[in-house]
Amino acid sequence: MRRRDQAPAAGRVPLALLPAALVAIAFLVLPLLGLLQRAPWSDLDEVLRAPAVGDALRLSLVTSTLSTLLCLALGVPLAWLLARSPFPGRALVRALVTLPMVLPPVVGGAALLYSLGRRSPVGSWLEDALDVRLAFSTPGVVLAQSFVALPFLVITVQGALEAGDRGLEEAATTLGAGRWTVLRRVTLPRIAPSVLAGAVLAWARALGEFGATITFNGSLQGRTQTMPLAVYQALNRDPGAAVALSLVLVAVSLVVLVALRGRWTSAL
Amino acid sequence: MRRLGLVLLVAAATLVGCGDDGGTEGTITVFAAASLTDVFEELADAFEEANPGTTVELSFGPSSGLVTQITEGAPADVIATAATSNMEDLAEADALEGEPVDFATNRLELAVPAGNPGGVDGLDDLADEELVVGLCNEEVPCGRFAREALDAAGVEASIDTDEEDVRALLTKVEAGEVDVGVVYRTDVQAAGDAVEGVVIPDDENVVATYPIATVEGAANGEGAEAFIAFVLSAAGQAALAQAGFEPAP
Repeated sequence: MRRRDQAPAAGRVPLALLPAALVAIAFLVLPLLGLLQRAPWSDLDEVLRAPAVGDALRLSLVTSTLSTLLCLALGVPLAWLLARSPFPGRALVRALVTLPMVLPPVVGGAALLYSLGRRSPVGSWLEDALDVRLAFSTPGVVLAQSFVALPFLVITVQGALEAGDRGLEEAATTLGAGRWTVLRRVTLPRIAPSVLAGAVLAWARALGEFGATITFNGSLQGRTQTMPLAVYQALNRDPGAAVALSLVLVAVSLVVLVALRGRWTSAL
Repeated sequence: MRRLGLVLLVAAATLVGCGDDGGTEGTITVFAAASLTDVFEELADAFEEANPGTTVELSFGPSSGLVTQITEGAPADVIATAATSNMEDLAEADALEGEPVDFATNRLELAVPAGNPGGVDGLDDLADEELVVGLCNEEVPCGRFAREALDAAGVEASIDTDEEDVRALLTKVEAGEVDVGVVYRTDVQAAGDAVEGVVIPDDENVVATYPIATVEGAANGEGAEAFIAFVLSAAGQAALAQAGFEPAP
């Protein structure tokens, strides 16, 4: 995942690649221009001040941030295990944890519904014993987002752990540092850019989450209706409003990606 | 019984298809409200069987979403919605060929999971915060009608989810995740044993009228006309009645 310092000769792009690269740029940028062209510029202000928009944006930012924190708390240890402990069945576990990346999110949502929903053993226990209902709730949104976002963090961090030079860690061990100290003082600082990159990817994935969220949680303004759900609902009624909401989502994502990419996430 | 119904339907579809020019061909793309899912699948099968070489492609979704797709240029030949207002939107956008025809009506009903775990017996129960209450979102006909019914009954519902269309809501009732959802009577019937219905009395209920029309610029205009004629035929109407729809006035 990490980029080596580029040798000068490798910096030159063969001209033959240029046309395809330009097509790729056009392909990725054109849809954004399409959004801009359909935006209701004259009453953008009014559209964006609707209470549903504020609620959706707030909910999206809060839930995607909480999901990212949950992914960090669970994903870094998992990446560690997958990168450093050659336990039996590791290949299978690796494949399983990346599954949510390729699985259609709606399938993930259905899987969550049948494993943690009210009729599932876990869900009914939570509801009876602790009076906690995950489905149709904001924590449920965080769960759905984390489910699809976690693999992005895990493979990014795992890649960094596998790729890096372990000499420093060995030196630290030789000098008498315990495992925990090596982790804290040597390894974590070294992979920090990758952890951040993984967190940004996970955050972006969580922010854009739609299928798993709507399947597991339905859609209710202020509680489970995140920005993508609000965009989808608005498309059916007022496409202009949907475009305005989409632009907000584009802007938020761009600001975060550009700000982070420039400064801290060379690994991205 | 169902098989016999299909045979009769096919016979009728043959009559419709074999009009003056000896039948339709090609693909007919039909956009239909989610609540029409089962009955239109049945009608499409019968139509295809009676008109060899004709394929009916069905796309189901919320009426409002289908309208948006068509005004954005989705290649539909026929559109059937669950409310006349959606069809009027299309007419205003000059997206229809000719006048829409009303072909069925429907009523709302409360759908509860088998065994009615929430003990629901009327619209009043939708105010209960302990229950997980689902409606369609208010852009969709079933969501709008449900809100009209709740208003008429003077009930302030404690809503837990606004689903994108009636079948999405029904699925969550079937899964037992939603304790009560406001759907159409026909959806309760289509859902089978996993779902029970709780009748909403007529004075609190709302009648949904379903119109059907050919889409302006339809790639298969002739096929569209034939399919619509089939839906309006005695056999088509019988299939709709079998599914719990009532005839349009």
